[in-house]
This record gives sequence, structure tokens and C-alpha cells, in this order.
Amino acid sequence: MKRILNYLIARILLTIPMLFILLTLVFVVLRVMPGDPVSSMLGGHAPQAVIDAKREALGLNKPIFFQYLDYLGQLARLDLGESMNFKEKVSTPILQKLPATIELTLAGIIVALGIGIPLGVRSARLRRTWQDSVIRFFANITYCIPVYWMGLMFQMLFGVFLNLFPIAGRVGTRVDSSEFDRTGFYIIDTLLKGNFTAFGDVMYHLVLPAVTLGLTLSGVFIRMTRANMLDSLKSDFVLATRARGVAENRVVYTHALKNALIPVVTMLGLEFAALLAGAILTETTFSWPGMGRLLLERIYNRDYPVIQGIIIFYALFVSVVSLLVDIIYAVIDPRVKL
Amino acid sequence: MAENMKPTEVESRRLWSPAGALSSAIGAFSRSAKRYRMEWWILVAGLLIVALILFMTFFPGLFSAYSPNSQDGPQLKAPSPGHIMGTDNLGRDVWARVVYGSQTILGVAISASLLSAIVGIPLGLISGFAGNWADKVLSLVMDSIYSFPGLILAIAFAAMLGPGVVNITLAVAVVYVPKYFRLVRGQTLQIKEEPYVEAAKAIGAKRSTTLFRYVFPNVIATVVVVFSLNIADAIMTEAALSFIGLGLPAGIPDWGMDLSMGKKFLPSGTWWMITFPGLAIMLLALGFTMLGEGLAEILNPRLQEY
Amino acid sequence: MPATMTATGGSAGPPSGDGAVAGTGEVLLGVRNLSIHYPIAIGTVRAVTDLSLDVYRGEVLGVVGESGCGKSTLGLSILNLQKSPGRIVSGEILVNGHDILALGPEDIRAVRGPKIGMIFQNPLTSLDPLMSIKDHFIETMRAHDPKIRKGQIIARAEAMLEDLGIEKRRLSEYPFQLSGGMRQRIMIGLTLILDPELLLADEPTTALDVIVEAGFTELLAKLKRKYNLTVVLVSHNLGLVAEIADRIAVMYAGRIVELATALEIFQDPRHPYTRGLMDCVPNILLDRKELVAMPGSPPDLVNESPCCPFAPRCPKVFARCLAETPRLLADAAPAGAAPAAAASAPAASAAAPRAVACFLHERTN
Ligand SMILES: Nc1ncnc2c1ncn2[C@@H]1O[C@H](COP(=O)(O)OP(=O)(O)OP(=O)(O)O)[C@@H](O)[C@H]1O
Ligand code: SF4
Ligand SMILES: [Mg+2]
Repeated sequence: MKRILNYLIARILLTIPMLFILLTLVFVVLRVMPGDPVSSMLGGHAPQAVIDAKREALGLNKPIFFQYLDYLGQLARLDLGESMNFKEKVSTPILQKLPATIELTLAGIIVALGIGIPLGVRSARLRRTWQDSVIRFFANITYCIPVYWMGLMFQMLFGVFLNLFPIAGRVGTRVDSSEFDRTGFYIIDTLLKGNFTAFGDVMYHLVLPAVTLGLTLSGVFIRMTRANMLDSLKSDFVLATRARGVAENRVVYTHALKNALIPVVTMLGLEFAALLAGAILTETTFSWPGMGRLLLERIYNRDYPVIQGIIIFYALFVSVVSLLVDIIYAVIDPRVKL
Repeated sequence: MAENMKPTEVESRRLWSPAGALSSAIGAFSRSAKRYRMEWWILVAGLLIVALILFMTFFPGLFSAYSPNSQDGPQLKAPSPGHIMGTDNLGRDVWARVVYGSQTILGVAISASLLSAIVGIPLGLISGFAGNWADKVLSLVMDSIYSFPGLILAIAFAAMLGPGVVNITLAVAVVYVPKYFRLVRGQTLQIKEEPYVEAAKAIGAKRSTTLFRYVFPNVIATVVVVFSLNIADAIMTEAALSFIGLGLPAGIPDWGMDLSMGKKFLPSGTWWMITFPGLAIMLLALGFTMLGEGLAEILNPRLQEY
Repeated sequence: MPATMTATGGSAGPPSGDGAVAGTGEVLLGVRNLSIHYPIAIGTVRAVTDLSLDVYRGEVLGVVGESGCGKSTLGLSILNLQKSPGRIVSGEILVNGHDILALGPEDIRAVRGPKIGMIFQNPLTSLDPLMSIKDHFIETMRAHDPKIRKGQIIARAEAMLEDLGIEKRRLSEYPFQLSGGMRQRIMIGLTLILDPELLLADEPTTALDVIVEAGFTELLAKLKRKYNLTVVLVSHNLGLVAEIADRIAVMYAGRIVELATALEIFQDPRHPYTRGLMDCVPNILLDRKELVAMPGSPPDLVNESPCCPFAPRCPKVFARCLAETPRLLADAAPAGAAPAAAASAPAASAAAPRAVACFLHERTN
């Protein structure tokens, strides 16, 4: 346990410079790049005095370096500022939408792993058979299917033509929004209240988006699992375990698979960024009220502080997940030197 | 003194010329195809798809009788002999928009990939070759960008720059600079340790000479593979940006935009408006992916063991 | 017979002075006409060709031969394990008279471990890196006795570690925390804990350093006595084989070319290949030496030809060798040498006359 704790501290210290660079990058993109947020927000016809007043209020008239210091200072106080268009703190809409994004993302991971790992194992065990070819072809194709297109096709097929699944939103209109006032995670809230019809409805709405997101990412995990399974099936310890008369299923699923999954865990951390990107597109396609939709909405409204806040949140999200993945890695692999 | 000690034999073998590279690539191809039962069809299929779409891009008139923007057709008509892929809500021919749309997406994807390569490769070469504090800082910055979701970065850029072909190209290009940087830096570090580079250094070859004579040509082989895969990626990113409405001004035929238009009419069951532009994106990305993987197999046949 | 051979035949004592533990005459393992192929892109590697061999209960049989001659392939096939894409194309493997190649997956499991244990060439990678030593023992014993209690397993594992000279606290450690020699002994422990009748050791010392290797010989001798083992020892290391083997099978190109007692092999080698080997090792009994490569290249296992596989390198090759392949046939020792050798040789060898696959010796019969 102490081992893990030390590791945790070292790993968090390593995250800091990376986060700092990302925050600076966000600043550069949103403040230093051409384009004046204030005049575009006020619509170009506003009198100069109004524009100046607004700039003053937002601190945009200071030299860029001081703006940068202000920005870091604000972040250090965990303050993301005020929305430009609405009377609200930046964090308010973000925290409100975050649970939807997390729910979708987690469901996507579960689907991606749920498809990727078994198919990868199967493909490795049936190497060079037709099943292997089919699975590999599927894996390669998923790379090239735009996630939003797959979403649209699913909506068309399962929603419009077959009328099997809802194609928009997190929950049907029959469920009252007061059901979700505890955590904002609909799955958790409905379970907390013991409202199983609402829970069923939430899950029902989650199916298509999660499958869409998960399917497009499953290819990576199929390939990764397959390659690592082939390696570990060839390894000496698998042969030695067989030679001791251990049952084949145990050899494959306990020894070979467990060892093959370690690189897959690492891969999960790397692929998480892709998953978030896919989540934005999935949210757009399925009118899923998450951070991605919020980002696009505020881009249309030119609400720069909120845009900045959302991007910072995404950066945090990525860092936290890569931290988590490293911890999982340290827990499952005794060899990790700490 | 150093002059006449040059290991000319080693050097001449390492000099890079396009013809030499091509012939050795073909040689390597046929050899590894035999030895590893290589799935050469991947490369061939990729080449075919890419060539076909490129041809379509350059001679769209041969493929479509309609102009992509003419609104003369019937509105929201399902595929029929007159309009093989149907028409959209404005009466435009979907097939014509697929044909002409390839110009936009290919133009953006290829120039964006070129741009990232032009920025990322020299940075990676120099950084890896120098290996000092600047290398450390640059690597940290690139790694940070790399770890961030590329699409979100592109969205931020596109949002700040506003719509336009050049702007979307820039937004896509930014995402892939770290990819080239990391790849080339890694390879440079490796090649720097190779005996023939060490030998060149030992006999007093200038740093710039070592860099461009020895390191660069070796890196190029891998870059070719990554470039092809990168175009596939850039295609996906461009289409995604224009799908969410951040890419291009109206009037330019674009697959991603057509998809977002089709999404609006989806509840009325106009499947042809979403099916075909999406298929086109997939096919184009698939072509470049297969091309890249086929090339990778030639350059690194060991992969084929799997 | 060449005069030199008879001269050396009757001199020094047996290399493995341990006649007492040698064979009983009962055949424990019989390999019959075994052929194993690896189909690969450029053709078929014939790793083992029409190989027959008997192993007697209680003996130590050494298997020697150049790298790539099929020793490991043969060893694995005794457990009906092949490395992909290897395949047994014909033959039988008889354990106590039963053909194990005919067994289903569950029945073969009962052979792997409890009847025949195997230790491998590379102890560093032969343990699962994610599993503690204790769990290795638990898994191994549960595989054959699902109902056995954990405490019982631990007690037995601790006793086993003591035999192997490892502290018991190591049980809760992971493979990466142990040295190569320790991992090797753990591997042996995992094999012996199932009380096998036959122990197959495939180059058990190749990956170890010389000091560990020296200890290994003693350990093996001790364990053999304590656990009543029959041992098949595959090795490059003629010194090691000389020290503990009762009989030696010399392999070349997937076949056994000579099979005789250790004494006979070292003092009176008959096959030209065996003689070549002995020439490469000036004084085998004093000097521990690895097999030194002989002039000429090792055989091509892919392209089939009807000649004696050793013909391209054989100093005594003659016309018939290029037209036919010699079979492994009993070779009666010349009258002068036989009594001395037979008197000191283990009982097993009396049951099995020495055999050679060479036309020179077929002719003398
Ligand atoms: N997995 C495999 N695929 C193809 N050919 C193989 C495979 N394993 C072994 N071979 C070939 O089969 C022949 C016998 O190999 P084997 O490993 O049994 O030899 P060996 O006598 O144990 O050699 P060494 O002393 O090096 O361990 C070799 O020619 C080898 O090239
Ligand atoms: S049969 Fe002929 S070639 Fe083969 S070992 Fe004997 S003498 Fe040599
Ligand atoms: Mg071997």
C-alpha cells in the first residue's frame, strides 16, 4: 500500500508540468490568436465606448503577459470566471453537464472493451482462420468509420425505420427532471431513489450512443488484444503452465490474457483522448446534453470564458484519467518499479 | 587527413536517391511478400481506392453530369435513375456533391498533413539530434499537446479562426505536428547511435552533414507510412469539424457539411442524404489507411508475424 | 572394426559411476516412429523424423546434439505439446504402454505433471510474472486435485522449497524478485510437487551461470534418489551429461544416430558424427566443455533428400550413403570390448543393445 502511495505522489507531481503546458496552450489559442472576442460578441456594431468598457471589465486591455498572470492566478483559486453572455459562473453550466459526458464516456469504454477484448482473444486463438480475418477486417474498418456517421446510421435504422430505440436525449419526457437532483448522474440518481422505471428509461436512452461510441473505439482494442495475446500465448510461461497440466481455459484466460491486458490498460489511457473527441461528436449526433454540446453551443454564442473553462475541464479530465490508468497499472503489475 | 579516411563504401550505400529507394522498396516488397505470406492485397487495394478517388477529384466532370450547387432537381427525392444517389432538401444532386466534395476534403487533408510534416519533422530532427535542454522542453510541450484530444484542439482553433478553407487546414494541421515530432525525434535518437553515424562523426563529419546525409534519409521511410495514415486521420478530423459546423462557409461542397444537413432531415427517413457522404468519408479514409499499412508491412515485415 | 576403437573400448571406468540407480529393464516411456513437422512459408521443417526410443524406469537418459537438431521438439512432444505451427504427423508416444497421443484434452492433463514433469530451458521467463510463487504452487496442485486445501498445499510447498534450498518466505514473492538460479529451482519444485515418474529437463542449465550450474548436477542427483525419478536430460553440455547420464542418445537432423551407454559413447563412439563430437572435446571427463561446432554446416531440415543426413559432413561417406538413409539398428559390440563394457554398464543397457544409424556398422553385422 505504501508502495502505491509513493507512486501516486510521484505520478501527481509529474502531471503538474503537463497540465501547466496545456493551460498555457489554451490561453495562447484563445487569447493570443487573432479575433477579438468582445467585438464579435457585441456584434460589430456596438459603439467603441461600450466595447472598451467591456474589455476593461474582462481585463482584456492589459498587456498580454499580465492577462496570462491573471489567468493563472484565477485558475489557482479554482475560479474560472463569469460567463460573458449569461449571468452565471463559468463552472455552473460545466458542472451541470459534466455528469452526462462522464456517463456516456464510461458506457463507451465498457462497450469498447466488452467488444474489443473478447474479439481480440478470439482472433488470436483462431489465428489465420477465416474468423480471424473477419475480426481483423472489422477492427480496421472501425478506424475509418466516422463516429457521428455511425450514429446517424443507427438512428436511421434503429430509431426511424425500426423504431426500437430513442435517438435523442438522456431520458424520455415522461420522467420528471426532479428525479435527477442529487448527483446529476442519471443512472446513480434513479438507483438512489429506487425509481426503476426511470432507471430503465435512462439505460434505454444510453444504448445507441454508447454502442456507437464504443464500436468505433473497439478496433484499437481488438488489434491491441490480439497482438498481445499472440505474444503471451507464445511465451515460455504459458508453455510451462500447460506442461504442468493446468487446464487450457485457465492457461488462456488467467495467464495469457492477464499478461496481454497490461499493455491494453496503458492503451486505454492513450485512447482516452480519442474517446473524449468521439464523445463530443456522439453528443452532437444524439443531442446528448454533455460538455461537448455545451462547448459547441457556447462557440456559436462566442462565450469565450465558458469555452476556455470547458477546454480546461477536458484537459483536467485527460490528466486525471491518465493518472488513474497509471495507478491501475501499478496495482496489477507487481513489477512496476516505484 | 579526415578526408581520405572517409568510409566511402558505407557512405555510398547510405546515400539516398528516389530511384534507388523505389527499386529497393520493390525488391523488399517481393522478398517479404514471399517470405511472410504477406497480404500484399492490402497495399494494392489501398492504392486502387486512393487512385480512383484522386482521379474523380481531378476530373469530376467525367463522373457527374450535375453541378454540386445547382438546385434544379426535385427536392428530397430518393435515389432514381436520374439521380442515382437522390437529391437533398435544396434539390441538389447527392452524387454530384459527393464527387465535388472530394476536392474539398482531399485538399484540406493533404495540405494539413503536409503542413504538420513540414513543421514537425525538422523540429523532431533538430530536437532529437541536439538532445539538450531545448529538446527536453520541446518534447514536454509536444507530449502535452499529443496527450490532449486532437479534435478538441482543432475545434478551439477553428472556433477562433472562423470558417474558411485555409483556417480549417490550419486547425487540422496543428493537431498532427506532435505526431511527426515524436516519431522523427524517436527515430533520430535511435539512428544517432548506429555505428555508421558514429563513424561519420568520428571522422569529423559536420553535424549538419550527418543530420542530412544519414539521419534524414532513414527517417523518411517511416515518415512515408505515417504520412499516409495521417492523411486518413486528417480526413476524419476535417469531416468532423465541418459536421459540427466549424469548417467551411456555405457554398463549398463538403461531405461533413452534407452529413449535418442530412441529420436535420433524418426523422423524415431520407436515408440517402446521410448514407452516401458518410460512405465516401469512410472509403477515402480506408484507402489511405490500407495504403499506409501496406507500406508499413514492406518496411517492417516483422509485423506480419501476427 | 577400426583398431583404435577396440583399443579405447576396454580402458577407463564408467563416467557415471552410479550404476545402482540405473534402469530396471521396465520401459516407462516408448517413442515409436515419431515424426514432427513445422509447416512454414518456405516449406516444411522436418524437425523429428521416424524416431524411436525406449526410456527405462530409473535410468537417466541424456539426449545430445547440435542446436536445431530437434531435441526440444522431441521433448515437448512427449507431453503432446507442440509450439505452433508444429504438428505430430505420425508415431506413438507410449507411457506405461498407453499411447498418450490418443488421449483427449482432459486425460492428457493427467499425464502432464503427475506422470511426466518438464523443466525448460529458460527459467527467467518460465514463471508467470504476474503471479506469486505461492499461487503458482496452488494453481499447479489444484489443477490435479481441485479439492486439496490451501494449507496443505502451502505446507507441501514449504517442504519442497526446503529440499531445494530456498527460504520459505520466498513463497509470497513474485518471480521478478528472485534470481535466475532460484527461479530454476522453483520451476523444478513446481514440477516435483506433483510427484512425476519421469522428469524431462530441456537444457536446464544453459541459461544459468557456471556456479549455479555446478550445484544443479548435485541437486538433480539428490532429487532423483529422493523422488525415485526417471530422467531424460536434454543438453548441449557433454560434461553435464557425462556426469549423470546412464545412457546417451545422440541426435542429428531429427533422428537418433547413436544410442548407447554413456561409457560406450565416450570411450567407443561408433557413428562418425559421435566420433566427430568426441574429437571436438579433447578430454571430456576432466574438462567440462560445451559441444563445439564441427566443420560443415548443420543439416537442412526443409529439403528432403534420400541420403544419409550426415553425408555432406561425413569423413567416411561412400556411395550407398548418398542413395539411402541408414536406420537405427542394433550394433553388436566387437568381441574384445564387449565384456568389459557390459559388466560395468547398468542393467538397462543389457536389455537394450547399443544402436547406430550408419551403413558402416550395418555392414559389420
Ligand atoms: N515454432 C517453430 N516454427 C518453425 N520451425 C521451428 C519452430 N521451432 C523449431 N523449429 C525448427 O525445428 C528444428 C528443431 O528445433 P528444436 O527447437 O527442436 O531444436 P533443438 O535441438 O532444441 O535446438 P536448441 O539446442 O537450439 O534448443 C529447428 O530446425 C528449428 O528451426
Ligand atoms: S551412413 Fe555413410 S554418410 Fe552416414 S554416417 Fe555412415 S558413413 Fe557417414
Ligand atoms: Mg532446444
